[in-house]
Amino acid sequence: MVESVIQRITRGHFWDFHGGIHPPEQKFFTSNKPIKQLVLPKQLIIPLQQHIGREGDLLVSIGEHVLKGQALTLSTNPMVVPIHAPTSGTINAIKMSVIAHPSGLSQLCIFLDVDGEDTWRKRDVCPDLEKLSNHEIIEKIADAGIAGMGGAGFPTHIKVNRKPEIKFLIINGAECEPYITADDLLMMEQSVAIADGIKILDRLLTPTIILIAIEDNKPKAIKALQQATAAIEKIKVCIVPTKYPTGGEKQLIQILTGQEVTSGRLPIHDGIIMQNVATCFAINEAVRHDTPLIRRVVTVTGQALNKPQNVWALLGTPVNFLLEQCGVQDIENEKQPVIMGGPMMGFSVFSELVPIVKTSNCILVPSKIEMPSAFEKENKEVECIRCGQCSDVCPSQLLPQELQWSAKAKDYSQLEKLNLSDCIDCGACAYVCPSQIPLVHYYRIAKAEIREQQQLDLKAEKAKVRFEARKLRLEKEKVARQEKHKKAAAARKAAMNKATPEATGAKSAVAAALARVKAKKASQGQDQTNTPVTQADLATETVDDQKSQVAAAIARAKAKKKLKEEAAQKPLSSNETVDKVVEEKAASTEQVSPDDKKAKIAAAIAKAKAKKLSKSAEASDIEKTTENTSTEKTVNLDDKKAKIAAAIAKAKAKKLGKSAEASDIEKTTENTSAEKTINSDDKKAKIAAAIAKAKARKKLKEASMIEQNDQDSV
Amino acid sequence: MNILLAILVLGSIAAIFGALLGFASVHFKVDADPIVDQLDALLPQTQCGQCGYPGCKPYAQAVADGEAINKCAPGGEDTIKKIADLMGVEVQPIDDSHVQGDASKSNRPKVAFIIEEDCIGCTKCIQACPVDAIIGAAKQMHTIIIDECTGCDLCVAPCPVDCIEMRELPDTIHNWQWDLTSIPVKQLD
Repeated sequence: MVESVIQRITRGHFWDFHGGIHPPEQKFFTSNKPIKQLVLPKQLIIPLQQHIGREGDLLVSIGEHVLKGQALTLSTNPMVVPIHAPTSGTINAIKMSVIAHPSGLSQLCIFLDVDGEDTWRKRDVCPDLEKLSNHEIIEKIADAGIAGMGGAGFPTHIKVNRKPEIKFLIINGAECEPYITADDLLMMEQSVAIADGIKILDRLLTPTIILIAIEDNKPKAIKALQQATAAIEKIKVCIVPTKYPTGGEKQLIQILTGQEVTSGRLPIHDGIIMQNVATCFAINEAVRHDTPLIRRVVTVTGQALNKPQNVWALLGTPVNFLLEQCGVQDIENEKQPVIMGGPMMGFSVFSELVPIVKTSNCILVPSKIEMPSAFEKENKEVECIRCGQCSDVCPSQLLPQELQWSAKAKDYSQLEKLNLSDCIDCGACAYVCPSQIPLVHYYRIAKAEIREQQQLDLKAEKAKVRFEARKLRLEKEKVARQEKHKKAAAARKAAMNKATPEATGAKSAVAAALARVKAKKASQGQDQTNTPVTQADLATETVDDQKSQVAAAIARAKAKKKLKEEAAQKPLSSNETVDKVVEEKAASTEQVSPDDKKAKIAAAIAKAKAKKLSKSAEASDIEKTTENTSTEKTVNLDDKKAKIAAAIAKAKAKKLGKSAEASDIEKTTENTSAEKTINSDDKKAKIAAAIAKAKARKKLKEASMIEQNDQDSV
Repeated sequence: MNILLAILVLGSIAAIFGALLGFASVHFKVDADPIVDQLDALLPQTQCGQCGYPGCKPYAQAVADGEAINKCAPGGEDTIKKIADLMGVEVQPIDDSHVQGDASKSNRPKVAFIIEEDCIGCTKCIQACPVDAIIGAAKQMHTIIIDECTGCDLCVAPCPVDCIEMRELPDTIHNWQWDLTSIPVKQLD
């Protein structure tokens, strides 16, 4: 098959691709002038990322002096292409700046203050390529930071890495955009260097045949390259008819080989590799002269310029510097559009500080007569009249009007069915549209949205996986925890059943605890049996006694309540309120005290008992209490009453004790007993003591409350 | 005799097909309810729990069981539309109680951001994150893996020092979309 293709090519017969347009040729502005060497600009703005892929790691810092050709970033990944200092100077800043992108968004850029010396770093010129291995050559290409210079900016070292069975190596010099002559001039002036670059590619890729495709509107370039490559049998210069977009990768492949690269496939799958002529030149520079990619030819053109021409622009040169050099007529005019790239596929730049990057091949500054649409804010889009011209010119054989409707309706599944992904954004459809519909813009929006949706789907899938993994992990942890608890319980049981000294000790401790509980129960039983007796005795008591007791109880309760209320209302427990309460309490108890001496005695005993009870955690205390109760049984009637009081006090103390700690019990019992004391002086002293304790407790509580709050807030 | 024969023939046919159907129902049984998986695929997988279910899959299950389809706030109207298509029900406006924040505000994707100097290392956000997108340890500063964060904001509430906030993802050339502001495109009626 390759043979028949070669036969056809030698006869000068080519295939054709579907559609295409013939926009008016505007190359004459610049095609007859040599490439101009510019003076050094004052400052260069070098974006960290100038290709498809990711930006490298910074190697330099602000204030550092760099030499021409010195690497500024490091490649850590095959998709990272390093950048180099285009001239010597000092790094002024590393900050976000507007870059050459249709969005007008900022990206990290290195601002290099040019020192004007243009001092090279040490270069390792290699006159004899035979000494280098293929791997070394590829490494040199990668280190030189070469990315496809035709427009896409794909890292070249990935593309030239040896692949099996390359049939065609196509060198793209078609340059079909109507204004651009950068490649044309480069081919004219640097045909030998380009031929040398092609030889390097030949060695790396070993293709069956190498085709250099040049449109027939560049006769000088064709002649120059034919001369430069005449000695090499393998290289054929193919003169292809001028048509837009011949320079498209898939279109050019179809023209030269008749092969159509099907949707979703890359040319490499069919054994075809395409490189731009400027890339070939850069490869030669990098491999032979150890010159990294730091400059490129840029066509600065348009009727708004006095001196449109091709220039050698250092990467990072701001657009406004190029325009000054080429004599822009009205640079102050804000409405003057500046288009980066060609008129068909380029985009307006938002700032004149936008720098030239590895993929910028043209700066177009059109006049109003030349390109009226670029000056209009409102576009003149009208309804589609279904003339079908767009599908006639579409080089990818798509249905642009169908695509347009689906894009407007955001029907992405339909867009995918219509193969939107095969659209190369060439703009031929928009060019011929009589309704002036900016078709490509609709496609670009739709493409971006589809890509975003795909990314979201990927992210959702990832989130799902992570969520499921987390659920699984939590489940596992739970099971593991339960297992651990079970094991620990089993271990405890086993330890208990063993006849070790510790186990027996534990056993005896349990037995002792059981005994204590039993003793306690017994004492409680005794108390209960005592109660009916005392009740009976109470009935025989005098009315006065009963009344006084009830009054005393009520007074006590009241005093207690008040104290609590006060405490609740004033958590800070100011001395005043407490004093008041103390006085009231004292008064109430004084009222009661003369009435009944017995009650006082009872209270005293109760106090003692309650104190003991508070210590009743120990078995010995229980014994003592029981002893006490038994001795009390033997006392007279007065004592019996006291016992009732004691029992009540005990019950109270127990209740309180249940809710509070042992120390708290002590305090509460003392509080209750304080209310009941006979001697008013003693009473006062005790009350004071109780209040002091209560205060202390309140403070303690407050402190703990604050602590708790703190913890909550934490 | 003829009637008996007919009954016999039809009866045997019925028995054969019955056996076949029985065999098929046992051996070709579909384990999972495929509609749940389909619904799950439509949901945004933020696992945010704003629908009141502990994740997207449980909500998918609930929708399959007849729950309202308009409870997914992160998915928005697009998701409701898709679910409505799948379930063959009417499209409903998104449930008011499930609307995410102020509707007038931009709906750009957000991710959680930990103000690191304020972080006390309590690990509460780590426990709350449904996709393990927060790294950190007790008493160590935490941080969020932006690429893994689904923007569910479940970590915001548990933070005792309010050091987590939801921030919009910045516009970069990687996520930028050709929008109508930079290129004048007019929508025709």
